[in-house]
Parts: sequence; structure tokens; C-alpha cells
Amino acid sequence: MAAFYSLLAVLALIVIPWLGAGMGMGALFGIVLPYIAIIVFMVGFTLRIVNWAKIPVPFCIPTTGGQQKSLPWIKNNPWDNPYDKRGVVMRMLFEVLTFRSLFRNTSVKLQQDGPKVAYSSEKWLWGFALIFHYCFLVILIRHLRFFMAPVPWAVHVTEFFDTIMQIGLPILYQTDALIVIGLLFLLARRVFDGKVRYISLMQDYFPLLLILGIALTGIWMRYAVKVDVIAVKELAMGLVTLHPHLPKEQLDPSVYAHLTLVCALFIYFPFSKLMHMGGVFLSPTRVVPNMSRRAMWVNPWNDPSVKPHSYEAYENDFREKMIEAGLPVEKQA
Amino acid sequence: MAKYPPPEELIKINYTTPVKSWMDTKTAFRPGNFSYPAKPDILKYLGMPNPRVWSPMDEDWKLPPDWKRIVMEKFREKLKKYRSFKIFMDVCVRCGACADKCHFFIGGGDPKNMPVLRAELLRSIYRGEFSAAAKVLGKLAGARKLEEDVIKEWFLYFYQCTECRRCSLFCPYGIDTAEITMMARELLHELGCNINWILEPAANCNRTGNHLGIQPHAYKDMMDFLCDDIEEVTGKRIRPNVNKKGCEILFITPSGDIFADPGIYTFMGYIILFDYLGLDYTWSTYASEGGNFGLFTSDKMMKKLNAKMYAEAKRLGVKWILGGECGHMWRVINQYMLTMNGPADFMETPVSPITGTKFDAAAGTKMLHICEFTADLIKNGKLKLDPSRNDNFVTTFHDSCNTARGMGLLEEPRYILKNVCRQFYEMPENTTREQTFCCGGGAGLNNEEFTETRLRGGLPRGNAVKYVRDRHGVNNLACICAIDRATLPPLCDYWAPGVGVSGVHELVGNALVLDGEKKRTTDLRQNPLPGMEDEEE
Repeated sequence: MAAFYSLLAVLALIVIPWLGAGMGMGALFGIVLPYIAIIVFMVGFTLRIVNWAKIPVPFCIPTTGGQQKSLPWIKNNPWDNPYDKRGVVMRMLFEVLTFRSLFRNTSVKLQQDGPKVAYSSEKWLWGFALIFHYCFLVILIRHLRFFMAPVPWAVHVTEFFDTIMQIGLPILYQTDALIVIGLLFLLARRVFDGKVRYISLMQDYFPLLLILGIALTGIWMRYAVKVDVIAVKELAMGLVTLHPHLPKEQLDPSVYAHLTLVCALFIYFPFSKLMHMGGVFLSPTRVVPNMSRRAMWVNPWNDPSVKPHSYEAYENDFREKMIEAGLPVEKQA
Repeated sequence: MAKYPPPEELIKINYTTPVKSWMDTKTAFRPGNFSYPAKPDILKYLGMPNPRVWSPMDEDWKLPPDWKRIVMEKFREKLKKYRSFKIFMDVCVRCGACADKCHFFIGGGDPKNMPVLRAELLRSIYRGEFSAAAKVLGKLAGARKLEEDVIKEWFLYFYQCTECRRCSLFCPYGIDTAEITMMARELLHELGCNINWILEPAANCNRTGNHLGIQPHAYKDMMDFLCDDIEEVTGKRIRPNVNKKGCEILFITPSGDIFADPGIYTFMGYIILFDYLGLDYTWSTYASEGGNFGLFTSDKMMKKLNAKMYAEAKRLGVKWILGGECGHMWRVINQYMLTMNGPADFMETPVSPITGTKFDAAAGTKMLHICEFTADLIKNGKLKLDPSRNDNFVTTFHDSCNTARGMGLLEEPRYILKNVCRQFYEMPENTTREQTFCCGGGAGLNNEEFTETRLRGGLPRGNAVKYVRDRHGVNNLACICAIDRATLPPLCDYWAPGVGVSGVHELVGNALVLDGEKKRTTDLRQNPLPGMEDEEE
């Protein structure tokens, strides 16, 4: 049901601008909406991060994934059990760039004979999640050519490598194909894996379908209707230079559909789980070093009025018995 | 003890998830899947809300009249106090990587024991009560209203989590269910919904210094009694200091090591080692509990109980503290102690009086783990060891969750074991070190009435033990946690019969060759040593 409603929502986000642009509402979908989206995204994203960052981390609670730093002759694991800031930076780099925690993923199989529980490495989620995220990044970088004049060297390089296989005409961007594959895998996993389906909500299906919609409309524009790229760039440059105008040539309605989906993503982003992008950098179990036995970690709301049951009260309670047992006491009975 | 089914029956686990949404699945309490509530007088003693007689099986839980307001207020407060809580409520993408990492899910198949769903039990309320958009979309967006059934569900599942953090290791964002469970339990405490096996020990720790409620004279008696046993085995009389001022070191270990089999043999190992070294140290009856039952209760209780360690160190005037083999105790010491009760500037950074090694790892807390201490002794050749005395044991090592994933103490105990016994085999790699499995009784769930669920949760650990038992003839599971020493024996009897449980320092005590000792014919358990079977009187 959640998946179905998500699909409906995404379809609506395609159909409405498609028809709307034809009815002369190009300026709404091509100019007004993008500005709203970018403002909501920037303000929303910043506020979320600031709100999180303002909440204290009262305790130093890293999940340690390897040997601590203790005796000099024992090899410690500074990336999974960092003891200083440098270690944390390494841990986070591996986490963000290679999805290291997900790489560890195992699956469990229970055999009734014995019984036996077997664990096997399960890298599918890691692999496809990595494909999806990196393709998304490359596509994002490639799109900078619409927003920049002259087009930066780095964007050309990215495009060069993305088209290195020289398939078809216009030449196929490998990431266009790969991101769809990645998204389809993640979606299929949600739909067909019982455990994952059981935990999936509308807010899990919706962004997947939304991004799939973006990819597919993009592919449609580039390979099927071959939209006028110069006109698209004119629109984009107008937006970034704050001189927004619709290009003289009529744009294919798919451009508006694509753009609207992207705007929806930007608007949706700060209010959703997609904020994991920023949140991962603030997760206390990952971004604090395992150092609180070495040095003091301060809790801003530590309550000094919490005191132990005092030794005095303890001795008062048991003094005679202690004396009888020959235990030293502070005060004789 | 509650009746529980034999392994063949328990293993019939259904992992397929129901068609019906989890929100429409009613919580079902039955004997064996929950722990008994705290007794009213315990709550009164601890000054905690809503003391009353009740049972989770009752329809009416006798919640306070304004319970909804209480929960929401505290919920909001926790979101403001803990970034972990807020982030963990917000960033989960429900990728499911954690789903099959929880021992209770693996051994029971209840989907609400998937860590992601356990957290959703709170998240759904978070959305339903705090987020406008989710309120509108309701169930579709995973939001729901706070009802009495939600409280019941929280009670069942957050007292079916041992805070072992295995899920956190696999989560791409490090979402730590232990943290979420701690918050949920604190919310439940506000309504007086808690379990006796946590709060009675907490109350005991407060009054008598240890969770078993052992009074000082009885504590001393028990030590004397165990020293008699040591004398019988080694021919040497050991007279450990108790509550003595002016010693260099204060030694604190979980009280299970004094009172419960097989922890008592670990106790013997400790004091044989200390006597061998001529260590200037003392025990304390006031701070006679390492394991902190406050960790399972609330941050305040944890702080209150932990504060005794520093208070006693100060009173006795020691230079530093040595800590015994314990899981939760070390989680608290490593992650919380200095923050809550520091700075510990009245002490010095621990230095081994035998080897001169300065332990910078403990420069802040001034508290050293005995495995770090002993590993250093062995490395420096300060111990005369005869590992053949442990030849009756074929040993494997169980990392306790807290020292593994809350500290990273992995190599030290292994180094010791490899030096004190000659037959050591590791369990499969997905079940040890940071990926270690819980004993099923952590976080205060080590009680009788919960045995069936504990055995289910113990399946992954038990199965790994069985694997090395069948393959290498392992008959001894060494560990460095008092809760493990209490929960693993019945677990092994159930899933891997024939495997016993020991502390690491029990094996040290066996192997240590003392000056002037009599010819040893038995180990510390008074079982004949290899080749000595005939010399038994």
C-alpha cells in the first residue's frame, strides 16, 4: 500500500508539470518552483544540522569495532576503534566513502540439523547502495555543465570517464544505466524481501521512486526525445545568474517533469530520512573517539547533586557486624 | 524454574514476517518471555515513581492517571539531552542491515526483535506526536498515537534487549539500540514499569555495596572460606586486605566472583596472582560491586552507584584502581565513569609496581583492567607459569559484548589465555571479537523467569560453542564477564552440553607456580590435574 501511494505521488509529480507546461505554466515549473525548492533545501538542511549539533553529546559512546589502544606491543585498530581525532576522521572517511559498516553485513541461515546457525557474507546491499550513491554523485557533477559557463575541467573529466565505453548515440553515460539498476535493486529488496518489506514505510518507497522518476525522465530526455540542450542550458543559466527567463525555443514537457521531480526531491530532502546524508557526520557512536578512559569527557548537564550512598551511612548500618568480623572501621561503636 | 522446550523444539523458528502490519500485532505476554516487575518496596526505597503490585499479564497495568503527559514530557526532555537519541530517531533509512544481527531475533524470529523495528516502537510515537506531516499520513508514514498497548509493547521488547550493541556495528549510521533501549527504559521507569531483577540489585548495590546484598561480615566470611579452599589446593594461606587504608591499589570486581560458581574460581585466581606478586592492595566491602545495575536503570542511578568507586578510592587513599573481569562494569568505566564522577585527580595514572609499565590507556580514569595488568606481567616474564596444569581444558574465548563493542578489549585476554593453557581454539569469526554474540542475559535480564527467552537469545553463542566443541573438543568457555559466568553455564548445558565456563584468571590461578607451594594435584575446582587422577586421597 505504502509503495502504491508512493508510486501515485511520483506519477502525479510527472503528469502535472507535463500537462501544466503545455498549458503555458512553464514559468511556474521552470522558474518559481526551482527557486522555492533550493531555498527550502538550503534553509531546511542547515536548520536540521544546526538543531542536531546544538544537542549535547553527554557521554563518549563509540561503538568499538576493533582492538583498543592499550599496551604498546598490542596492535590496535585506529580506524574501527579510534583513540584520537585523526582516527575518527579515518573512520568517517571509510564510513562515508566506502560504507564500511555495511560492508561487514552478514546473513544468517538456520539449519535444523544439528541445529546449525551459519553466517555468510552478504554484500549485495553494500554493492548496490554504493553503486547508487556514486552514480548519483557523478550525475550531479555532470549536471554542473548546465549551470556553469565555461564548464569546469573537472566536469569534463567526469563526463569523459562516464562515457568511456562509447556506446550508442548520444553516447551512453554508464551512470545513467547503473543508477537505474541500483535503484531497482534497492526497490526490489524492499518489495520482495519479507523482512525489509515488513519495516518499509511510505517514506522509504517514495524517495526511491522519486529518484527513479528523475533518472528515467532524464534518460527519456537525452536518449528518446533528445531535447534541445542549448535551450535547457539557457534556462539553467538564467536561474543561477538570477536573471530567470524561459528560453525562446519551446522546451519539451519532459524537461519540466524532470525539473519538477528534482525540485520535489530538494523540498522533501530536509524533512526526511534522506537527512542521513548529514546525520551520519553527527552520530555519536561513530564520530567520537574511544578516549574517555584516557581523558575527561564533559557532560554539560551532569548533575553534581547525585551522590553515592555515603560510606558513613554504610558503616552506621553495619558497624557492629564489621567490628565483629575484624574489619577496620572509622568510628568505634 | 519456568518450563522450557527442548532444543529440537526451540529451534523451529519461523522467520517469515506476518502479512499484517506490525502495528496491528498485539503484544503477547506469556511465561518465559518477560521478567517480573519490581516489588513496590524496592521502588519506594529507590524513590522511584508508581510503586504498586502488578503483573504484565494483567489487563490493567495501574499506570498513573496522567501517564501520557509524563511520557511525552520525558520523551521531549531526552531528545534535548541526548544527540544520540535524536539522531537515531531521525536518520534511520530502514535498510535492514541490522535485522538479522540481534540474537533475540535469530533465536526467536519475532520481527519486533529486529533492532530497526525495536527502534520503530519509539519512532512511531515520535512521529505521531512530534511530526505534523506524519500525524496527517498516520500509519502509512509509520506514525501512531500513544496508547496503553504501546507501553506494554515497550515493556516487552525493551526488556528483550540486552544492550549488546551488535546491531550498531553493522548500521551504516551507527544507530545503537542500546542507547534507544536505555531511553525507553527510562521512560518506562517514569510510569513504574520496570523489572525486579534490575532494581533489587540496584537497591542492594546502593545499601550493601554489591548486588547480592551481601553484608560486610558475610563478604569477609566468604573470602576466608575461599582462602581455605586455596590453601587446600596450593598449601598456601592467603590473607587479602579488606577495607585497609593506605594501600597502593584498590581492587574492585563484580560480587558474583565472590559468591557464585564459577566466578569464585576466578576470585581465587585473582588473589593467588596478587599474593604471588606481593601486591599492596585492598578489597572494599563498601565498593564491593563492579557490575553497575544503574546502567540498566537510568543515568542517575548509574552515576550514583559508580560514584562509590571513586569515593572509596579517596577514603582509602589508594593510588589507583584495578578492576576485575566484568562486562557492564567496564562499559561504565570506559564510557561513563570519568564523565559522571571525575575528575579523578586525587589518584595517579596506574603503574604496574612489578614491571614499571605506565598504563596511559587509563590515564584519565586511573582504573586498569586486570587483563591489561596480567598481559603486561606475562609479556615482561614476571610470571612463572605451568600451562600444562590446564591441559584438562580445551579452551575457547567468549568476548563479552561490553568489553568488545564498548571498549575494544580483545587481544589482552587472548594473550593471557594462550600463555596459561596449551589448547586454545577460536570460535568462527562472525561470532567473536567485535561481532561477538551476547549470552542472552545482559542488561539485567539474567533472571530465572526469563530463561526460555535467554536460551533463545543464546542460540547464536551456544551454536558457535557447539561448533568448536564438535571440531576441536573444546570443553571450556573462558570469558571476562560475571554475567557471562552466570548465564553461559545453563546456556552451554542446553546448546553445547559438556562445555563448562571459566574466567580467564581462574586459568591463570591454575597455571601460576607459587614459591613454596605444595605439589598441586588438583585445579582450583578441586578436580584432579592431568596425570594426577590416582593421587587423589
